[in-house]
Amino acid sequence: MAIIQTSDLQYTFEKGPDLFFPSFQAEENSELLILGNSGTGKTTLLHMLAGLRKPIAGEVVVNGVKLNSLSGASLDRFRGKNIGVVFQTSHFVQSLSVMDNILLAPYFSNNKVSKTDAEKMLDRLNILSKKNKKTSTLSVGEQQRVAIARALLNNPSLILADEPTSALDDENAKEVLNLLREQTHALKAALLIVTHDNRLKDEVKQRIELTTSNR
Amino acid sequence: MKIIFIAWKNCWQKAGATTLTLLLLSFGVGIISMMLLLENQLSEKFNKNIKDIDFVLGAKGSPLQLILANVYHIDAPTGNIKVSEAQRIIKNPTVKEAIPLAYGDNYEGWRIVGTTPRYAEFYEVKLREGKVFETPFEVTVGSYAAKELGLKLGQTFKSNHGLDKDGEEEEGHDQLFTVVGIYEASGTVIDRLILTPVESIWEVHDHGDHEESPHNAIVSAEEHDAEEHDAEAHAHAEDEHAAEHGHEDDHEAEHTAEEEGHDHEDEHMHEEEREVTAYLLIKRLPMAPMILPQLVKNTNMQLALPAIEINRLNENFGIGMSVVKAVAILIMIISFLSVFISLFNALRERQYELAILRTLGGRRIQLFILILLEGFFMVALGLIIGLALSRVGITMLSDMAKDSFHDEFNAMIFLPQEYYLVGITLGLGVVASLLPALRAFFMDISKTLSND
Repeated sequence: MAIIQTSDLQYTFEKGPDLFFPSFQAEENSELLILGNSGTGKTTLLHMLAGLRKPIAGEVVVNGVKLNSLSGASLDRFRGKNIGVVFQTSHFVQSLSVMDNILLAPYFSNNKVSKTDAEKMLDRLNILSKKNKKTSTLSVGEQQRVAIARALLNNPSLILADEPTSALDDENAKEVLNLLREQTHALKAALLIVTHDNRLKDEVKQRIELTTSNR
Repeated sequence: MKIIFIAWKNCWQKAGATTLTLLLLSFGVGIISMMLLLENQLSEKFNKNIKDIDFVLGAKGSPLQLILANVYHIDAPTGNIKVSEAQRIIKNPTVKEAIPLAYGDNYEGWRIVGTTPRYAEFYEVKLREGKVFETPFEVTVGSYAAKELGLKLGQTFKSNHGLDKDGEEEEGHDQLFTVVGIYEASGTVIDRLILTPVESIWEVHDHGDHEESPHNAIVSAEEHDAEEHDAEAHAHAEDEHAAEHGHEDDHEAEHTAEEEGHDHEDEHMHEEEREVTAYLLIKRLPMAPMILPQLVKNTNMQLALPAIEINRLNENFGIGMSVVKAVAILIMIISFLSVFISLFNALRERQYELAILRTLGGRRIQLFILILLEGFFMVALGLIIGLALSRVGITMLSDMAKDSFHDEFNAMIFLPQEYYLVGITLGLGVVASLLPALRAFFMDISKTLSND
C-alpha cells in the first residue's frame, strides 16, 4: 500500500491563479523530489500533504486515511503521529534546550518516546553533545539536524521536507540529504522533498516538476 | 514535559520584559495590599481604643492632639487641668463615669499613666499575673510594655520626668516604682502603658521642683484631708476618690501608705493645685453633648469628642490613602498592559514556534492554554512578590512605629480584602492574556509557515 497518494489536488489563493497539482503516490522506502520555481505552489502542496491546509479539490490519503475526513484536534494528532515535517528554516521553541525541543514531538502527538530513544536519535545525527544547549546557539547545519531529529522521533511513515538544504552550503546540504535518506530507510518511510535546490536534482531519481500550467 | 513547563520557560525567554512586568505588578499589588493592611489595622486600633469614650476633658489646645495624647497615647498632652475645676463637669448628672489620666513620667520612654483601676477595666483588660495597683508607686504594666521592658513582678524602677526617654534626663526621680501586676494582651492602648494610681504622679512631682517646671503642674493629692482646705472641695474630692476607687478601704490604705513617705512640703499644697492631664468621660444621658460644652465655656478646659476628631483625621488621612491607592491602581493597569503587550509581542516573534507546535500534533486548545498560562504565571508571580513586599513594608513600618509610638502592626495576617485583590488580579491577568491566547488559537499555521 502506498504511504501517500494524491489525486487531482487543486488550490486557489484569493488573489492568485488556480494551482493544479499532478497526482502521485509514494511507497515505503521511496524518495520523491518535488521541484519547482517560486510561485508554482511548492509550499502550498507540502502544507496540503501535511494536512496544514485544505485543498479546494482533490484528495490526500496518508496510510489509508483521507486527510479531508479528519478535522481539528484529530487531524493535529494524526499529523503528529504519522507525518514528520522538516522546514526550510528550522524554528524551535527558543526557551527550550535541544533535547526538550525534540521531545515536543512525542509530547504533542501523545506518543511514548523515552529519553534514551531521543538521545539515540541525537546520537545518530551527531548532535548528542548539544542536547542541553539552547537551539539559538547552534550553527545552521546543526539546527537542521535538530529539526530532522524532531521530525523523525515519532517514527513517522511519511517524511516531508520543505527546502531542507537551500540554506546550507554544499557540504552540509549533501550531509542533510544523506541523513534524511538514511533515516527514511531506517524507518521504512516515504521521503518527499519539496525544493528548488538544483543540487538535489541529480541525487534523487524520482521527481515531479511543478509548473504554473499543470492542467 | 508539560505545557506548564513550556509556559514557564517561555516566561523567562524574554527575561527583561518579564522582569519589568513583574516589577510593575508587584509594586501595584504591594502598595494596595500595604494600604489595606495599614488601613485595617489603624481603624481597628482607633475603634478599639475609642470604645465608649464620649468625651475627653483636658486643657485647651488642639482637640485632635488632646484625643491622640489621651486616648491613643501617641502625642504630647495639651497641658493639665485642675481637678477642682473639672469637678463641675465630671459631677454633672449627664456624666456616667470619668476616668482621670495623669501624665508626667516615663520609664525608658514608656508612658507611666496615673489613673484608677477603672481605666483597664473599662477596656476589659484582664490581669495576667499579680494584682492591680492599689497604693502609690505600685504599677501594673501592659503586656507589650512588660515584654519590651522585660519587667517582672516585684521588680522596681525609677521613673524619668517627661514623656520621652531622653527628654529631661537630669530630672530623674528618686522614688522607686514596684511592679505589682501585668495585664494580659488586649490590642488596646493598655498594652503599651504603665498604670499607677494618680497619687503616684502627684507625689513624684511634689518632691522638689514643681514650681520651676511647667511640667510639674501635677501636685500632691494628699491635701484633701488637710485642715486648711474648704469643706466643699473636700466633699468633691471624696466623691471623686470614691468614684475612682470604688470603695473607701482602698482609699484608706492608700492614704496611710502615702503618708508614711510624705514630705512636709506637701502640707502647703492647695486643693485647687492638684491637676490631671485629662478625664475620659462616658455619658449617662443623651443630652450630655448639649449640656457639657456649656460648662467648659470660660474655663481653660476643652471638651473633645473622639469620634468626631478621629473621623476628621480619617478623612484627611483617607484622602492621602486614596491618592496612594489610585497611583497603585494605575501602576497595576500599566502592568496588565505590560502583560498584554509582552504576550502579544512574543506571539508575533514566536508565531513560527507555535505553528511548529501545531505541526508536531499540538491542538489549538493547547496553544491557547500555553499563552494563558504564560500570562497567568507572570501575574501570579507578581502577586506573590507584591504580597511579600507589602509584608516587608509593614514589618518596616511596624519597627518604626515601635520606636516612635511603642506600637506595632501585624504583617503576618491575610485580610479578606486581599482575597479580592488576588482574585481580581488573577482575573485581569487572564483577561490580559485572553486576546493573545485567542490569536494563537485561531492562527492559520499554513499561512504563518509560508511567510518565511
